[in-house]
Amino acid sequence: MYRYDEFDARFVAERTAQFKDQVERRLRGELTEEEFRPLRLMNGLYLQLHAYMLRVAVPYGVLSSRQMRQLAMIAERFDKGYGHFTTRQNIQYNWPRLEDVPLILEALAEVEMHAIQTSGNCIRNVTTDQYAGVAADEIEDPRPHCELLRQWSSLHPEFSFLPRKFKIAVTGAPFDRAAVKVHDIGLRMHRNEQGLPGFEVIVGGGLGRTPMVGKTIRGFLPADELLPYVTAIMRVYNRFGRRDNKYKARIKILVHEIGVDAFSELVEAEFAKGDHGEAIELAAAEVARIEAYFAPPAYEALAEKDPAHLAHLFENKAFARWVRHNVAQHKVPGYSIANISLKPTGGIPGDATADEMRLVADLAERYSFAEIRVAHEQNLVLPDVATRDLWALWQALDAAGLATPNLNLVSDIIACPGMDYCALATARSIPIAQAISRRFADLSRQEDVGDLHINISGCINACGHHHVAHLGILGLEKKGVESYQITLGGSADENAAIGQLIGPGFAAHEIVDAVEAVVRVYLDGRRGQEERFLDFFRRVGVKHFKEAIYATA
Amino acid sequence: MPEIITANHLIGGDVVFLAENGWTPNVDRATVAEDEATRAALEARAAEAEAMNIVVAPYAVEVRREGSRIVPVHYREVMRTRGPTVRPDLGHQASLGAS
Ligand code: SF4
Repeated sequence: MYRYDEFDARFVAERTAQFKDQVERRLRGELTEEEFRPLRLMNGLYLQLHAYMLRVAVPYGVLSSRQMRQLAMIAERFDKGYGHFTTRQNIQYNWPRLEDVPLILEALAEVEMHAIQTSGNCIRNVTTDQYAGVAADEIEDPRPHCELLRQWSSLHPEFSFLPRKFKIAVTGAPFDRAAVKVHDIGLRMHRNEQGLPGFEVIVGGGLGRTPMVGKTIRGFLPADELLPYVTAIMRVYNRFGRRDNKYKARIKILVHEIGVDAFSELVEAEFAKGDHGEAIELAAAEVARIEAYFAPPAYEALAEKDPAHLAHLFENKAFARWVRHNVAQHKVPGYSIANISLKPTGGIPGDATADEMRLVADLAERYSFAEIRVAHEQNLVLPDVATRDLWALWQALDAAGLATPNLNLVSDIIACPGMDYCALATARSIPIAQAISRRFADLSRQEDVGDLHINISGCINACGHHHVAHLGILGLEKKGVESYQITLGGSADENAAIGQLIGPGFAAHEIVDAVEAVVRVYLDGRRGQEERFLDFFRRVGVKHFKEAIYATA
Repeated sequence: MPEIITANHLIGGDVVFLAENGWTPNVDRATVAEDEATRAALEARAAEAEAMNIVVAPYAVEVRREGSRIVPVHYREVMRTRGPTVRPDLGHQASLGAS
């Protein structure tokens, strides 16, 4: 994985020292909260409902065992023994004391991590496919490009005060696991007719109060022109983005208001201004340097099928079930991608205790070349497990309660922190996720329902990605109590779609029944198990659900 | 009305309520303003505490009395008096044994 160069190490050390000084001045009363607030936000420190919250960047979701152990140490020593993995592939600590934050940042810097640009109107942590570099369906590893974007966007003086926050997602595979169509910029790698890799550039996607699927402004951008082109997009946005109204300041509104063609022309004109020869050459050299860090690990030459593994699959149903749901195909024969669900029945989606983090770090070291990924679905991934080791890995995970075999099933719920932690929330999301997960605890039933993604947000900001869930839940306040709206038919993949509202909201005590009613409508009407929930929805439309749900309510 | 003043403690970040002798994590000990004058006096004390860097972002919260208990009217504020509903082992509910 990528290691900091001298520049990175210096800038993180400088920023850590600078923030330490700012915290000390705040504690001595030399800075007011008004002065301090923007400084703490620049370093990922929020004030939430019950306490401060520190959001730590996990660049494109990649962690080493060493880093994971340090995250566990921080959770234990400076927080309350756990952390929360987020839909931005980051980790949040919910209880740090202000006076401890400089020490936490020092501990992070020791393992080449920080909390910079996890807040504020800047380019946030670049996200990508959690299977990057190992997916069987991948065209090319997107991580070197993500790393290039990370370096370029870190403390970029021109783009540190954008009209609003800015999120970039990259996928190197045709099956989009990174939700690139609902980001400010989405980059989808493919090859042109000559076989050269490049990106489809998608702009203006986003969730929040005005959800939109991004529009393609360039069908094919040669990979080495990425930085100059993204710079051109950022310049157009910086110049024309609405700074007068916070709710209209995201790039999606600009693209929507002036139209994708006009926006695209502005970008192309800006791009045409410069002679990018030098920048392209530099980027190519830099990508080549970065690529060396992402060179494949020392894979053994293994047979595709391992007889002992096959025997275990045959003999142990629980193991077979875990493999069926949580293990994905690796590009190298004899290797597998193992997903660790952070969604046990009735658990808090995305939460991991310090012990769990340490166990995952140990298992990654033993079985996955000491590398871990954070998925935006709030699960963890061991990307490089020899298939013959899956049995031992599963036993270790199972013993620790980390082998819930529910990936992409009803209980693999994305949920934002909601009102249990978040100061902006209008309702709770975690208890709803827990209640649904308990209601559908029977795995055979979940398997019968099949591929059904439920996402929950605790307010219109949509951190829980409810708009792009097959079944989305949005928590609101109605007449002084929590109320939950259901949207159906959303999708975050390459066929991204925004879910449609089925009707009036449900009270907290009604929402699980409503979810079950939706599932019932699907099960009763589908043309066999092959017709997945989303296919069924697309065939029958929202009206069909509406009539069935509200008629029985 | 009635109202109390809440804020977050600067150093620790924990939720606190303005009481007779300073700030308390226990909402039941908060000073309740039943009239405008008392609330204004509480707000002045809170502003002073903010200026002295004891607390951050104080604001008034509407409450009702339930026997010896003080309960905010809005559910958000009820949660702030206790801690995360999904982690009864954390927050004030754990340390104060509030129900
Ligand atoms: S969606 Fe709303 S409640 Fe949930 S984390 Fe985001 S801002 Fe907070």
